[in-house]
Amino acid sequence: MDMALPIVNATTAALARVSAAFNAPLARAVVFGVHIDGHLVVEGLLIAVIVFQLSRKSYKPPKKPLSEKEVDELCDEWEPEPLCPPVKERSHIDPAILESAAGPHTTIEGKEVVNFASANYLGLIGNEKLIDSCVGSLEKYGVGSCGPRGFYGTIDVHLDCEAKIANFLGTPDSILYSYGISTIFSVIPAFCKKGDIIVADEGVHWAVQNGLYLSRSTVVYFKHNDMASLASTLEKLTRGNKRTEKIRRYIVVESIYQNSGQIAPLDEIVKLKEKYLFRVILEESHSFGVLGKSGRGLAEHYGVPIDKIDIITAGMGNALATDGGFCTGSARVVDHQRLSSAGYVFSASLPPYLASAAVSAVNYLEENPSVLANLRSNVALLHTG
Amino acid sequence: RVEGSEEDGEAPVPVTALTTLFSYGLLFAFGHFRDFFRRILDAGKSSNLKGYAPICLGYEDFYTRRLYLRIQDCFGRPIASAPDAWFDVVERHSNDGNKTLQRTTKTSKCLNLGSYNYLGFAAADEYCTPRVIESLKKYSASTCSARVDGGNTKLHTELEELVARFVGKPAAILFGMGYVTNSAIIPILIGKGGLIVSDSLNHISIVNGARGSGATVRVFQHNNPAHLEDVLREQIAGGQPRTHRPWKKIIVIVEGIYSMEGELCNLPEIMAVCKKYKAYTYLDEAHSIGAVGKTGRGVCELLGVDPADVDIMMGTFTKSFGSCGGYIAASKEIIHHLKHACPAHIYATSMSPPAVQQVISAIKVVLGEDGSNRGISGRI
Repeated sequence: MDMALPIVNATTAALARVSAAFNAPLARAVVFGVHIDGHLVVEGLLIAVIVFQLSRKSYKPPKKPLSEKEVDELCDEWEPEPLCPPVKERSHIDPAILESAAGPHTTIEGKEVVNFASANYLGLIGNEKLIDSCVGSLEKYGVGSCGPRGFYGTIDVHLDCEAKIANFLGTPDSILYSYGISTIFSVIPAFCKKGDIIVADEGVHWAVQNGLYLSRSTVVYFKHNDMASLASTLEKLTRGNKRTEKIRRYIVVESIYQNSGQIAPLDEIVKLKEKYLFRVILEESHSFGVLGKSGRGLAEHYGVPIDKIDIITAGMGNALATDGGFCTGSARVVDHQRLSSAGYVFSASLPPYLASAAVSAVNYLEENPSVLANLRSNVALLHTG
Repeated sequence: RVEGSEEDGEAPVPVTALTTLFSYGLLFAFGHFRDFFRRILDAGKSSNLKGYAPICLGYEDFYTRRLYLRIQDCFGRPIASAPDAWFDVVERHSNDGNKTLQRTTKTSKCLNLGSYNYLGFAAADEYCTPRVIESLKKYSASTCSARVDGGNTKLHTELEELVARFVGKPAAILFGMGYVTNSAIIPILIGKGGLIVSDSLNHISIVNGARGSGATVRVFQHNNPAHLEDVLREQIAGGQPRTHRPWKKIIVIVEGIYSMEGELCNLPEIMAVCKKYKAYTYLDEAHSIGAVGKTGRGVCELLGVDPADVDIMMGTFTKSFGSCGGYIAASKEIIHHLKHACPAHIYATSMSPPAVQQVISAIKVVLGEDGSNRGISGRI
């Protein structure tokens, strides 16, 4: 006890001296009007230690890149697959070789056969007026146009054809493409970009699917030609989504589906489109020149005004008995494609004789609406018989 | 070759670069200025498409609206005759500062240095045109069906054999458009798990085809076989991204003549690299077929490469042969596979018969089989 007391006294005295030394100079320090206490110094030292540790590089195990010899060995060992799978004898398609025009009757291997394979809906293959206009074009312009539309590949027959089609359908303007299926898979990526929403029918054909894939937008499919499914899909997509002004939305349908032959109910689609604020892209390859009282397509068939459909595309290789395609809509829609559509800008234009064939075909359709009556009776015959 | 001219031609003189950038910046700033005021002035107006997102958001079409429209009359000039050596350009005038252009009936005769009429087959030709008109009267302008349904005529089979013979491969397949040829064939040849190595300056149809195939795409520096070798070594050693599994196959895509630069491809060295690393080669001869080589057979003949070494040769008929369409020439097995699997062959309308006849006649003239010696006597 006696020894403890001086030790305690000594420790207390030492502690008092340390705290006095600690506090003394700082007790009088006032920095920027703030009284500095002792604990602030300790906290400051801690922060300095933390900063020091963070600024040191962390330890990473060293990366050993492959040596040249190892890369050589890997390259020698690698074996590629063959470029095409081996030929399977069973899956051999031998298409028939035609020896005359693909009209209603054609010749194969010397025999005359009835042709059910061509999409020659109005019977324009072999039509005199068409062939005469083609011959005139061939003698004046040659076969190919030898240039893209932007650089001296625009021939006046192209402009005439675009004006004629726009006039026929009742739209402000139209734009010609040089190949039937390239129309739809150039139009879709020109308008739909990453982040947009597209609602498409399940049964659209390959070219449309390719266009949807190339556009990199979000694609949602609805059941084939089922309006209830379309309505519920649109409802699900727009519920709670307030940013209508920023995201572009499209519905992609075909008028007559190439894969199933069904007709899309345009009046219901337009009602849904106006309710949910979507734009409609309508693929009319098989219905242009076929449906409607005067052959003007699906809009005339259902009595829908043509300006309610935003974008109409069609390939001319069916009813019009020529090749190529067109797209029509408002002036803004058509103008946008002249610089943004890959298949229009980066490719040679349609051969001029095919454009003049298209003009004659549309003229023929306007002057002889009785061909449509013929077509309808043939269709009815096939359905009953 | 002038000493040092190549280096001088590559980079612009600093003064030129500065003034160009300054002018561009001025137009850019002016355009933004006008946009700003347009937005204020139009704030009160309502368009009838309320609630819909506009077709071009924000500044997506800034270039079209503010810069391109000023010089729009330089592009898309219509012509009123065949794209021959001399042609008639239709004059246009504008009432609203180049926003819309109206055609006039006046034309001016100009020397044509702009069309792809390399061999002169674009206008009416003494050998080709009568035959084309004959085939038009016999087969009509279009067959209205796909090749596999009812669109395969005798002319198509004849042309496929002729093209294969001309190019030097066992078999060939035809398509109605060159752009579609590339974008529909590449997805059939390669899919997910494969690697496409393409030249940095390849045409957009190849880029679209590569993107549509789902394979991984790597780019090598234009015409640089050393860089191609580096890329191949790195990729084969590394394998597929993330899983590092070995690649299923590798295709290297190059063009014969590059359309924007006009340069020839460095084919012999690139072929050597591809053979060493067992990669397949795809040669796009859109501009070079018919135009280069002693007998017009393309880049392979010009640079001394055996056509049997190149796996797939693609070309178009639009340029040298004055027609439309494209072809692929390769071994019999590959063509057989393409004929059964390619959607562009199965679904698309077949090539127009008069166009097919034009190519047949043009190739016959080039080969000298038409009875004259126009082809051999150096028409090019």
